[in-house]
Amino acid sequence: MKIFNLPEKENMRPGHLACQGCGAALAMRYTLKALGEKTIVTIPACCWSVIDGPFPYSSLKVPLFHCAFETAAASAAGIRAGLDIKGLEDINVLAWAGDGGTFDIGIQALSGAAERNENIIYVCYDNEAYMNTGIQRSSATPYGAWTTTTPVKHYKNRPKKDIVAIMAAHRIPYVATASVGYPDDLIRKVEKAKNIKGTKFIHIYAPCPTGWKCKPDDTIKISRLAVETAVFPLYEIENGYKYILNIKPEVKKPVTEYLKMQGRFRHLTEKEIEMIQKEVDFQWKRLLEKCNQN
Amino acid sequence: MKKVITGNHAVSYGALLSRVEVIAAYPITPQTQVVELLSEFCAEGKLKAKFVKVESEHSAMATCIGASAAGARAFTATSAQGLALMHELLHWAAGGRLPIVLANINRAMAPGWSIWTDQNDSLSQRDTGWMQIYCESNQEVLDSVIQGYKIAEQVYIPLMLVLDAFVLSHTSEIVDIPSQEQVDRYLPPFKPKYKLDVNDPHAFGGLLGPDHYMEIRYLLQKDMERAMEITKKADIEFKEIFGRSYGVIEAYKCEDAEIIMVTSGTVTSTARTVIDKLRERDKRVGLLKIRMFRPFPSKDIKNVLLKAKKVLVVDRNISYGLGGIFFEEIKSVLYYEDKHIPIFGFITGLGGRDVTPNILEEMIEYVETHDKPEEPILWKGVKL
Repeated sequence: MKIFNLPEKENMRPGHLACQGCGAALAMRYTLKALGEKTIVTIPACCWSVIDGPFPYSSLKVPLFHCAFETAAASAAGIRAGLDIKGLEDINVLAWAGDGGTFDIGIQALSGAAERNENIIYVCYDNEAYMNTGIQRSSATPYGAWTTTTPVKHYKNRPKKDIVAIMAAHRIPYVATASVGYPDDLIRKVEKAKNIKGTKFIHIYAPCPTGWKCKPDDTIKISRLAVETAVFPLYEIENGYKYILNIKPEVKKPVTEYLKMQGRFRHLTEKEIEMIQKEVDFQWKRLLEKCNQN
Repeated sequence: MKKVITGNHAVSYGALLSRVEVIAAYPITPQTQVVELLSEFCAEGKLKAKFVKVESEHSAMATCIGASAAGARAFTATSAQGLALMHELLHWAAGGRLPIVLANINRAMAPGWSIWTDQNDSLSQRDTGWMQIYCESNQEVLDSVIQGYKIAEQVYIPLMLVLDAFVLSHTSEIVDIPSQEQVDRYLPPFKPKYKLDVNDPHAFGGLLGPDHYMEIRYLLQKDMERAMEITKKADIEFKEIFGRSYGVIEAYKCEDAEIIMVTSGTVTSTARTVIDKLRERDKRVGLLKIRMFRPFPSKDIKNVLLKAKKVLVVDRNISYGLGGIFFEEIKSVLYYEDKHIPIFGFITGLGGRDVTPNILEEMIEYVETHDKPEEPILWKGVKL
């Protein structure tokens, strides 16, 4: 019995170099299932510049251009322009960057491309820190998390940057969050993005067992808990204003269930967890308001 | 068709006639007129190109790189801080073997802010793996854009052509603008051996371990060496169609010269008048213009300079802690020769200070009256 109706064709080969339980590897697999073979991918410095494999190998069945760290969006815009001038407008151009390459070093080029409404799909697979270089904090690292540059005595004491709101503020046609724990939802969103002209931004939640200090076999469980606790809600924003909530948990689970599965939050006291809960509740309320406005 | 145009517009016409397909650029003084005219060409439909108006020079080069990798002829223009911001991606373009052409308007680096000419911006990019051509006139500027693609696309190495801020960029001269038919005959469409192609998928620029990296860089150097001959050939072919040629160097009145002055950029034009004047006084002086800086025309330079008794190099640039950059390069070229030639390295004209005929004449006088330089750097015009 089929639970999901996912495209069967794989555009990613086995033999890639991802760690066990890597959310980013799953994210790519699903995304390419949705986009198909007529896709060109550009990847800046991130886990995926290693996962794909060293020269002369590649685990993708589509062309891949490795680009400089801060240039995913600008490189994709260049590839798009190069293809368009040759009349190859039907080929998807996918910029595929991590959270560091998106939230931090690549945000300028991303903002520029979005403002110009470049006809590209930009995916940020978010594992919430610089995992490829050994778990250093990024502006996507959530409040309270341990990383190698935010040791437990000085854990990350600022909230995760709201990249989705930033992208929506560019009034691009499509912004969405997605999660490897919900492949049907993820694939539907990529397919939707594929058929929209202009800049599409998809923020994919991608657990990193190595960096989060969780069990590799808990990747999906954690991904689903992130949605069920409203730590990472699944929603879409059309044209910068139309918010659509995709999954509304019947009973919102307490964040502690989510936090306790990950070693990076082990040091948090009950009081700190309570603070995180309050913040999650507040943001969830704000999101529901935005969605109900429609 | 002859027209009176600025150096900047000569760049734009060069790009138009080269039928560039993707332009990505960010405005910076003194480059802006290049992209303004190109925007008009695109808007009028004269030039069928995608013009990506990026938010920085860094993205300009990244976009050119993406476009070139997708198989399109890509162009950009910049200056000084803009070129410095591109630095990382200059390596990416050359290492990725993407034959992009870039026009750099030589402008001094800040701080303090300067919009006036010197060569430290482009010479700071010496080791990025780009070819560099320094232009003397607006005609040479236009022609070098067209030649640039002809050369770059044969060796898969990007090329930077360089022109002086204001002295060329904003100065109008008579320029013979070739016909499209002539240029089409000279420059075939860009058909790269490898590109991003969904029918032939490959990964470009993936992780290179110590087992592979060195070979890839060795091949870049080998093609740089090959580029010297290809440039000369491209220049000869250019002459056949357009009636003009420039060489990788130009020796002016050097045959019997005892003192040879070495210049680049527009200082060359000033030097020509000085040489002419001194020749009238029966002084045996000559001029060597360096047009191509990378690859460095070592053999050609040597062949000219070995005839001289003394050489003086005029640098509108400095490698801090050593000296003039052309001076150091030329010294190294002559190192293995049995004949010892005293070489005088002058630095002048930084930050757009005028390099007048008098200044150049004084340099020659100094060389005439000294067996060797008194200082490793002979500063000319410093008011301290």
